Amino acid sequence: MSPDILLRIGGATVDTIYMVAVAGLIGSLIGGPIGIFLATSGKGELFPAPTLNRVVGLIVNATRSTPFIILVVAIIPFTRLLTGTSIGTKAAIVPLTIATIPFVARLVEAAIREIDKGLIEAARAMGATPMQIVFKVLLAEARPALTLALTMTAVSLIGYSAMVGAVGGGGLGDLGIRYGYQRFMPDVMLVVVIVLVVLVQLVQSAGDGLARRFDKKNRKT
Amino acid sequence: MSVSSQNATPPADAAVVFDGVSKHFPASGQSGAFTALDKVALTVDRGSITGIIGRSGAGKSTLIRLVNGLEKPSGGKVLVDGVDVGGLDEAALRTLRRSVGMIFQHFNLLSSRTVFGNVALPLEISGMDKRAIEQRVRPLLDLVGLADKHGRYPAELSGGQKQRIGIARALATEPKLLLSDEATSALDPETTQSILELLKRINAELGLTVLLITHEMEVVKAVTSDVAVIDHGRIVERGHTFDVFTHPKHETTRALLSGLPGSKLPDAVARALKPQPAAGDRAVVRLTFFGAAAEKPLISQLIKSVGAEVNIIAGTIDEIGGAPYGSLVVAYGADAETSGRAERFFVENGLVTEVLGYVA
Repeated sequence: MSPDILLRIGGATVDTIYMVAVAGLIGSLIGGPIGIFLATSGKGELFPAPTLNRVVGLIVNATRSTPFIILVVAIIPFTRLLTGTSIGTKAAIVPLTIATIPFVARLVEAAIREIDKGLIEAARAMGATPMQIVFKVLLAEARPALTLALTMTAVSLIGYSAMVGAVGGGGLGDLGIRYGYQRFMPDVMLVVVIVLVVLVQLVQSAGDGLARRFDKKNRKT
Repeated sequence: MSVSSQNATPPADAAVVFDGVSKHFPASGQSGAFTALDKVALTVDRGSITGIIGRSGAGKSTLIRLVNGLEKPSGGKVLVDGVDVGGLDEAALRTLRRSVGMIFQHFNLLSSRTVFGNVALPLEISGMDKRAIEQRVRPLLDLVGLADKHGRYPAELSGGQKQRIGIARALATEPKLLLSDEATSALDPETTQSILELLKRINAELGLTVLLITHEMEVVKAVTSDVAVIDHGRIVERGHTFDVFTHPKHETTRALLSGLPGSKLPDAVARALKPQPAAGDRAVVRLTFFGAAAEKPLISQLIKSVGAEVNIIAGTIDEIGGAPYGSLVVAYGADAETSGRAERFFVENGLVTEVLGYVA
């Protein structure tokens, strides 16, 4: 493999990490609150708004059930509006973020719904406001589950980011398709796959470790 | 606004007043409409430990949740320190809740917080600063005997220790009233006793009113000064614990009392029991004695007075709300003469008796 290719692989890895990081961050910042809302706005819950809950749930489902590759193409006008282009790393971040939002929302919702209702009742009995319950009880108690949810999001994003390569998105997927596939360089393809596997492994074990550290419930002493 | 400033005409010694309180749950989903409480009237005296006992589904959980507004009454009023809880808005309700502690059957501690953090939570919620919290939490952990565990997590503690943390947490905001929702039901008998001792101590030392709900007569017997028996959403009997235990009037009370150790007949006797005497049968009688009567040599006097054989079948000496109490089941001839002498003796000595039946 030429040094030129190695350099490209390095650059593509950085691009992938950049896309995953930015899309993951923005997606979680938007998807997280939506997830909290979904978990707390049912009938008789902290912020009862059953109708809005159903509407938001429907939108989330619709976005989640759209195949990612179709989403990428479908929102090209929006991508262009935001970034001025429809190809490259910067443009790829837009559909990645859009896909992350509902994904994170559902995972956060599930993590919060896992929490024992007795804790919410105890906090209410202490005179906590709904917001205090969200921050001091729900998010604090769900921290291990939320960590795993974000880990899962990052791993999925690495996969999705490779997919945007198919439409000129930049990053490792892009490199694998253009060099490994279109230029018949199986060794490049192999390296790309190995780098992706290593990235996923790193993210997963970091997330698992962090979640274990946060988990005070199933402690081994 | 402070809760006490709203006092209109607070009954001088009442911490909580249930004034014709009803609670209906409308039909929803597969469950039909349901009346949990039906015109409940009850007063919880300030400084008392008042127990509400009933079987599961009798409405006691709903009743205790009305006190801190976790449930709203469908009818009637719940007054806490003279304030109508049902009439408070959310903000006023939160203020009230900070002056009412609550402990739970399943403790409801945050697994992500240490022992210290759990006790500190209600103080953080009320906006107290860190140093003041530290000063408040330490003595509370001492009080419940867990000062050495302050950095531990709930998962590392036993059930009894978790409930002690629950109690410390409930006391953190220095409430005047403590609500206990089946607080010992998930604990073994020994741990239950130690938690009840702690509640008694808190009641005595801090002058805290305790309102507890339970389905265990043991709990009522051990700590309460007053008790109300609830059945199908109605209070069927209430009074001083000692009186209710020694003179139960309602059948639900009797049924709940029959579960207490020492109150059951031996199986062989219970099976042989007949409602009507035949010639030569013996009467089985339960004697209940307390106060001065407990001090007398009753048995030997009874045998002398009756002038016939007296068998002791079952017996227990116990304490109810701190007062000595004895229950003795004896058998003697059911003929008119013997019975007549026995009855005279019981009347003379002020004993409460109940003829349970007759055996051959």
